[in-house]
Amino acid sequence: MSADLFEFLCRMGDNALVLGHRVSEWCGVAPVIEEDIALANTALDLIGQATLWLNYAAEVEGKGRSADDLAMGRDVWDFRNLLLVEQPNGDFGQTIMRQFLFDAWHVDCLGALAQSNDRRIAEIAGKAVKEATYHLERSSDTVIGLGDGTDESHRRMQAALDLLWPYAGEAFAPDAVDAALLEAGIAPDPARLQATTFATYDRVLGAATLIRPDTEFAHRGGKTGARHSEHLGHLLTTMQWLQRAYPGATW
Amino acid sequence: MSGEWPLWEIFIRGQHGMSHRHVGSLHAPDAEMAIKNARDVYTRRNEGISIWAVEAAQIAASSPDEKGPLYEPSESKIYRHPSFFDIPDDAGAM
Repeated sequence: MSADLFEFLCRMGDNALVLGHRVSEWCGVAPVIEEDIALANTALDLIGQATLWLNYAAEVEGKGRSADDLAMGRDVWDFRNLLLVEQPNGDFGQTIMRQFLFDAWHVDCLGALAQSNDRRIAEIAGKAVKEATYHLERSSDTVIGLGDGTDESHRRMQAALDLLWPYAGEAFAPDAVDAALLEAGIAPDPARLQATTFATYDRVLGAATLIRPDTEFAHRGGKTGARHSEHLGHLLTTMQWLQRAYPGATW
Repeated sequence: MSGEWPLWEIFIRGQHGMSHRHVGSLHAPDAEMAIKNARDVYTRRNEGISIWAVEAAQIAASSPDEKGPLYEPSESKIYRHPSFFDIPDDAGAM
């Protein structure tokens, strides 16, 4: 069980860490200063959540590794984040669409985890769900504003949705780890979250006058680590540079 | 792009404050986003428990040109200041 629990905690932590890093790439270059600050706040929230999940993961693993070791010392094949969150920022619309697709699932997932039998998980999720709820409010409003905006913003948001939709489904595909945690009352069945999350997708995308692609196809391999996209390696090269060049450096 | 968004004046009520205070301004496409932007720009360090956003164009302001007739007449009316009373010690801080 502790191997499954470790795997699950890495999934939660890596989602937050990788998306947090992606969003932080906007710092200083967002289209307007208000969005710049808001995106930096979101990135910091996510990196804070990653710290909580990976701290617990390191304890469960019990091999003397710290959260920092997990974040900065693993390579691509040991990361367990969804393929969605490692996708490049693209234009601002693509970043916001990725955020919305993630936030809608994240809120439902954390909401369920707040009821976990595992007290630590329930506590982390209870704290994180408040942040995620605000992230979702903000990304939903922006998706609606841009989707139902000008011809150009609508076109870009539809293009972002068409591009990212095949990465949305991975979150709802259960595997043996999910089954073991469901059995133990620790985590929800990912497939069961789909109805609620899709209701959010349809409500917001509808208001945004965007058309959800009519396909169930979903790229897989992020949360199992079997097949990350080429983008994760590039992200880690930047994120982990300092610890790779100067192992154990502190300041 | 920011030039197309109206300017909003932001007022925050702090944890211990009695009234909303002006903290600054920002740009936003509408009132809802003005509140959200204010949350992100002005309450990052736990500064507030309530936000007001007012579109700057909606604020009626006095003109600096009128400061003579508006403010100077009160300069000479010292009897309007309650400074001619002795405050009993046990009244505490006023």
